[in-house]
Parts: sequence; C-alpha cells; structure tokens
Amino acid sequence: MPNPALRLLTDFKRWGTPLPVWSGRLDNEYWPLAAQNIRAQGGRLLALWGEDRRTTEAAGYLVHAAFLSETGIISTEMIVDPAIAAYPSLATVFPGALRMERTLYDLLGIRATGTNDSRPWLRHAAWPADQFPLRTDFSGEDLDIAADRDYTFLPASSPDIHEIPVGPIHAGIIEPGHFHFQVLGEEILRLEERFGYTHKGVERLFQGLDVAAGAHLAGRISGDSTVAYAWSYAQAVEQITNAQVPERAQWLRALCLERERLANHLGDLGAIGNDAGLAFALTQFQALKEDLLRENQHYFGHRHLMDRVLPGGVDSDLTVAAAATLQRTGQTLKTAVGRLQEILAEHGGLRDRVVQLGIISPKRAAQLGLMGVAGRASGQAWDLRVQFPNSPYDQLQVRMATAAEGDVAARMTVRFQEVFESLRLQEEILRRLPCGNVYQPLDLRDTLGEGIGWVEGWRGEVFFWLRMEQGHICRCHPQDPSWTLWPALEEAVLRDIVADFPLINKSFNLSYSGHDL
Amino acid sequence: MYRILRAALRLGRVGKTPPRTRRDPSSASPTGFHHSLGIRHVDAGSCNGCELELNALNGPHYGLEQAGFRFTASPRHADVLTVSGPVTRHMVAALQDCHNAMPEPRKVIAVGDCACCGGVFQGSYAVMGGVAKVLPVDLQIPGCPPDPDALLRGLLQVSGERIEN
Repeated sequence: MPNPALRLLTDFKRWGTPLPVWSGRLDNEYWPLAAQNIRAQGGRLLALWGEDRRTTEAAGYLVHAAFLSETGIISTEMIVDPAIAAYPSLATVFPGALRMERTLYDLLGIRATGTNDSRPWLRHAAWPADQFPLRTDFSGEDLDIAADRDYTFLPASSPDIHEIPVGPIHAGIIEPGHFHFQVLGEEILRLEERFGYTHKGVERLFQGLDVAAGAHLAGRISGDSTVAYAWSYAQAVEQITNAQVPERAQWLRALCLERERLANHLGDLGAIGNDAGLAFALTQFQALKEDLLRENQHYFGHRHLMDRVLPGGVDSDLTVAAAATLQRTGQTLKTAVGRLQEILAEHGGLRDRVVQLGIISPKRAAQLGLMGVAGRASGQAWDLRVQFPNSPYDQLQVRMATAAEGDVAARMTVRFQEVFESLRLQEEILRRLPCGNVYQPLDLRDTLGEGIGWVEGWRGEVFFWLRMEQGHICRCHPQDPSWTLWPALEEAVLRDIVADFPLINKSFNLSYSGHDL
Repeated sequence: MYRILRAALRLGRVGKTPPRTRRDPSSASPTGFHHSLGIRHVDAGSCNGCELELNALNGPHYGLEQAGFRFTASPRHADVLTVSGPVTRHMVAALQDCHNAMPEPRKVIAVGDCACCGGVFQGSYAVMGGVAKVLPVDLQIPGCPPDPDALLRGLLQVSGERIEN
C-alpha cells in the first residue's frame, strides 16, 4: 500500500519485483480521482495506452495508465465498455495525457471525454477514420498513401501574423516532423507540432512475436537509444519469466548504457555548437564520437550497440585486455572533453547564442512533468539511476546533473556533467566488473503475465509494458521520454526568433521515431 | 582563439584518407557526377540509426567533401536522393514531392535494410516495405545501419568511381 492518502488503491497488489510496482483495476469514477491524488502528491504520468480485450474475460477494451508516485510505479487499468468506447480524460490533471489519449483513439477507437481537442494525432491518412489498427478485427484494407491535408492547426488570431510551415522534410539529415510557426516579424508567437510521419505500426507488429524477435524490434524503435530500449524490454520480459540475470551481464548492460549516453551527448554538444555557428565544436566532438563508435564495433560488435542487450543477459563478453584498453581511452576522452568544455564556456559568440535562449522555467517544467536531460536542466531532479536504481546502479553512486536556468546553455551544461559522470561510471564498472556468465537462457514455457521495464536512457526515461501469453507477446507498449518532452519545446521557443529554432530544437534533440511508433 | 587553434592542430588528420579511386568505365553515371555530388537525404521513417551514420560522413574521419560530395538543404540542388526507413505511408507524398523537385539527371539510393526491403518493419500496415515500392532505386546499401564506409563506397559508385585496391 503505497500511501495512506491513496485509499482508492487499497485493492492494488505489489509486484514481487526489485522495481516497486503496484497494479490494479479502477472503475470510471475513480479513474480521474486516482490521477488527481497522485498529482497532488507530486507524482507524474508515465504512459497511457490501451488494449483490445473484447474476446477475453474483460469483455471490453482496457485503458492503462502508469504513474509515478513517491514510492514507485502505479499501473492502473480500467475496462471500457465496447458499446460506449469512451473513458474520462486525464488531460486536465496531466497535460501530457492529451496527445496520448488522441493517439489511443487513433489506434484503438476509444474516446477520452472531457477534452476540447479531438483531432487525430498519429493518424494522418494511412488508414480510414473508422478503422483502428490495434483492434483484433482491424482489416488492414483501404490503406492509403495520400498526404494529410485535413488537419486543422490552431488558427492565427490576426491577419498580421505570418504562418511558416516547416517539414516533414527538414534541411539537414534529420527525422521528419512538422512544425507550424506563427510569427510576428521574427518573433515566434506560437509553435504547433505535428508528428506521426514515422509511424510504422510498431505496437501491432509486436503482437504474436516471440521474445527474441521482440528484442530485435524493440532495439530499432529509436536507434540512438537502442540499449535503453533493449534493456527496458528485457527487464519486462525477465519479470514475467522470473529470470535471474547473471551479475556480470547486468554490469555490462550498464556499461553499454553509459557508452550510449556518451555517444549521444558528444554528438549533441558538437551539433549544438554547430547550430550556433561554431563549426570547430562539431569537428572536435565528431572526432571523439567516431573514436567511441569504432571502439564499440571492435569490443562489442556493433557501432551503436544494437542487439548487445538481450533478455537473459548480454550478447558478448569483454576480455581483461579489452577492459584495460577501454580504461585508458576513457581517460583520454575525459581530458579531451575537459579542454573542449573550457573553450566552449569562454567562447563569447557561443555564449551569446545559448544563454537565455529557449527557456523552460523550473516551475513550468514541474507542471509539465518533465524529466530526462531537458527536465534536469530545468531543475527537475529525476534520474532513475539515482532514485530507482536497478542492478548494478544500486551499487554505484550515480551523481545527478542538474541546472536551474532551463535554457540551451543549461541543457549543454547537463550534458557536459553527464559525460564526465558516465566516464567515471565506466571506469568504476570496468574496475569492479564481477566474474561469471554473461547470459542465462530464459525459461519461456507457458510464460504468462505482465511486465514493466524502466530505464534512464540518454534522453530520459524509457518505459516498457508487456503482456505475454504462451511464450509470445500479446501486447507491448513502449513509451519514449519524448512524449513528455515534445510539448515543452512548443513553449521553450516562445518569444525567441525563428532563426534560433534549430538551435533550441537541437538542445532538446528529441526522438520522432520513438514517439511515432 | 589560441586554444581553438591548438586543439585543431592537436586533432590533426584522423581516420584514413578517402579510398583511392579511379573512374569506372562501365559506369553509366553522368560525367557531371564525377567527384561532384549534391546529396539530398530524406528520412522516410527510419529509427534514426542510418541518420547517425550519414551524419558521421561529415566528420573528420571521413571528410565527405574531400570526395567532392556534400549534403544539400534543397532537392533542387541535389543530384542524388538518399532515403532511409521502410517508407511509412505518411511519408510517401513528401518523398515523391522531394524526388519530383530534383532536376535530371538524378539517382536514388536506398540506405539501410529498412529502405531496401522494409527491414524489421516488413508487413506492417503503416509502411510500404522499401523505397523501391515508391521510387525507382539505382543503388541499395544494406546494413542496420550501414557504416559510413559502406555509405561512402555507395556514393562513390553512384558518382562513377571504382575503389582501387
């Protein structure tokens, strides 16, 4: 029983997992009440999704919501009567719920009542409005490739306002998404995002897969976070099968996760510098990142560490010589990044651009429930490695990086601090790596149940919920941290100029593919 | 400024020089593409892995511009269209518009397993299953993701060069 105030949740059961999870079923009346209670004690909405369980004992759709309360995850579900196909919206309690609910309608056809925005979110024109891909009776016929011309963006309030539509294709080598600006002169009055361009139907693809195929798919939802996704997926599977993952494997998983964090932060620091005109930063950081990726190929077998983390352990081991080399190169990298940090901190031209730009105040960040790099840069002190440390982080004292200004400079500062912390963690992991196996095959006979995975990826928290039946995946819902963070970008750019948008966007560097599924 | 110069000199040249190449007499590429390609990239639903490798081409280890190649912001300035991802239904129209905006002669390269055949997303209701379902493809570069060396070799091939070794 997590908290005496949550009297509504007395029927919830605690899972026997290291990660504290309570789950239970609510009915219509308590659905918004539970959310309000959790909000009142400072909790966050982690994910919201649905299932078609009409042919099971539930005899209806199930809407799920996972929250974070002060003592752990609260995973709620509620039956939705198929005849009504509606449930109360949580968007007034948690703003992030709005897009999740719009998506749930696009995919499952159940409507959140009590909101004023019922526009589609992920569906453009690929499937008809009266069909729903996550329903068991989805025919997959009448699919289309027409462009979506019917989406109504929020109207400009005056004819003097200039509207600039940008995307889905952008000028650089980057994922597709649409940004609809309303500007007066150069100043941004409103930014409205529209995503869904990289929607690949991942949740439906998961249905029926075996564990190995699921792992292969999970690692390719958001390629730059493949380790975080693979580990989160593996956690969920291992919970269901009650697997004992060898200790050495857990430590190697953390090593891979920290190297993924390093690679992305190095890339971002260079790209942010470049977007402010400091090409020197891009060249220097690209060189450091490339060396890291080549090391990954040589010692781990894949530049970006795809398919290294598997349910049951990891794919390959490290020799003593390899660990020693990585220790040495880690020291070299630390010195190089230290030099660059000094140069960038004192570069007047760069500071001019990044300080006081793209601000999300700590107060607003708390209202939006931000976490991850962008959240920590706005004073939101959430880091799963610190607060809900799974093995081996419970034996490593991770130091959280935070800043309070919430501007582009703060998001750079947090990345720099995390680079040094990840290098320190790498050094400690390599030094204390326990002996033993790196893989223990899972017992998948008659596997049945639900599992949750939750990993601090480099952007933020990667959440997985999984239901398995007879050793196969029945339903899988991955939740990228970008769901929570994309709405923050819309606010961060307000009153800044259009020309600064690429720089602000880059300072967040959120996932389109991880979001669109 | 002094520290920037010192850091740049300390970095020096990294990686191998671009591979030695010679003109491939059997190539049907236009002579105008020789050592000169404008490349427009479109992400048609990839997981972003291929984009990481494409971006790496601009880094000092590969130095794409040494080969005479560069990425352009507009398809109107491009000779080659590189496409990643299984081509989601939601990207078909934009991808076709982009291709139509390119002046002739133009080539299309499918980058990565997803662009070649749909990859791990094959069979999904939301994807076409590869660039060839939407555009005429001149070259496929498989991989998940293909590393920058493979990308560079593919671009050299499209420009009419053959690696000499």
